[in-house]
Amino acid sequence: MLAVIDYGVGNLFSLQCSLKKIGAEAIVTDDENIIKAADRIILPGVGAFGDAVKKLRESGLFDVVIEEAQKGKPLMGICLGMQMLFDKSYEYGEYEGLGLIEGEIVPLKGEIPRELDIPHMGWNALNFHNGKNEIFKYINEGDCVYFVHSFFGVGCESSLIATAEYGIPVTAAVAKGNIFGCQFHPEKSGETGLKILKAFCEIGE
Amino acid sequence: MITKRIIPCLDVRNGTVVKGTNFENLSEISSPVELAEYYSSHGADELVFYDITASSDGRKLFTDILTETASKVFIPLTVGGGINTLDDFDRVLKCGADKVSVNSGAIRNPDLIHAAAEKYGDQCVVLSVDVKRVDGKFCVFAKGGRENTGLDALEWIKRGVNNGAGEIVVNSIDTDGVKKGFDIEMLKAVCDIVNVPVIASGGAGCKEDFVDLFNSVPQVSAGLAASIFHYGEVTIDDLKRTLNENNITVRL
Repeated sequence: MLAVIDYGVGNLFSLQCSLKKIGAEAIVTDDENIIKAADRIILPGVGAFGDAVKKLRESGLFDVVIEEAQKGKPLMGICLGMQMLFDKSYEYGEYEGLGLIEGEIVPLKGEIPRELDIPHMGWNALNFHNGKNEIFKYINEGDCVYFVHSFFGVGCESSLIATAEYGIPVTAAVAKGNIFGCQFHPEKSGETGLKILKAFCEIGE
Repeated sequence: MITKRIIPCLDVRNGTVVKGTNFENLSEISSPVELAEYYSSHGADELVFYDITASSDGRKLFTDILTETASKVFIPLTVGGGINTLDDFDRVLKCGADKVSVNSGAIRNPDLIHAAAEKYGDQCVVLSVDVKRVDGKFCVFAKGGRENTGLDALEWIKRGVNNGAGEIVVNSIDTDGVKKGFDIEMLKAVCDIVNVPVIASGGAGCKEDFVDLFNSVPQVSAGLAASIFHYGEVTIDDLKRTLNENNITVRL
């Protein structure tokens, strides 16, 4: 059973439907016991980093996520959920993340050429790094996925598994052992996205 | 490289998809859910649903259709039509919409854009504008293109972006339904003044119109069309292959 952590940010309808589509048994929950009993976890998220971390702490699940990940349970962070895996973020302030992936979250503004729109929004191709990670086993390099974000991960070279070209190579996905993060939205990335979710659901099986 | 998006638009009334010429003489065609699934599996990068129902019964039918579509189609969905309040945003986002498009609602209440952007984020708020030339000036029209608001379109769009609109749909009434190409002049004027994605709408009649659009106005992020896709005159797969052959980056 897969637990999708519901800590009061964002709409989980699409994610739920896409997990159902690939045949995953998923429960959207804020119940610590269910999360502990689950064999894998997805940490979703939209909105602002500071607010999301605050809500995750208030729900009492901040430490639960860290503990479960450290036990070796497969964990995937999506979009802001990926960013929260990092050490810290500089989105409108300075906030501490879960510290599961080494690196920081910084604004795209100032890092990408000025003529490019922010947010980085739309379909962009994945370029693999450090080989082909197992969550990409059903897709090919160059396949497109859907992005919507204004901040991105840096200093995470050792965990980097994919980038997308947007003036500069932008961190698209990270992995460290049982911990995975996608900056893009697999639940909005058509067949390619479903294949990534399917591969995640098979990790450790 | 971010790819240029191709977006079919589904005008939904009383549970079916409709499309007319110059906004009048609407004719019914197909089931929105089936059409959405078809487009999604044939290369559409995003879908836009416009609710053109006036009654509350129709509105309920629309949200049911949206929910069903969102549970079957895993690409971004934008919803417009009848969006006047934050409650309307909430209603369609709960049904699985990713972005919400405001048009007349923002004209009646300009604070709506700011309030929605603050609550749901800029990326969620799409400002859709129906524009027509009057005495050589770009004017904003309301009520499905029937009423001249007197607002200057470029000023209105600039104001919308400043208030937090994360994307602009420019629908040229002058070229809509005529199928002789997008309104290049109007789109250039809009792209020159904003730094958010601009979606071109109104006038697509053939594949070459999209090639011309992206070559003439490279800043445009996406092309939106309805009837040429609904009636099968152009398939999205085929259109994207043509764009690719013309060195325009698309998701194949």
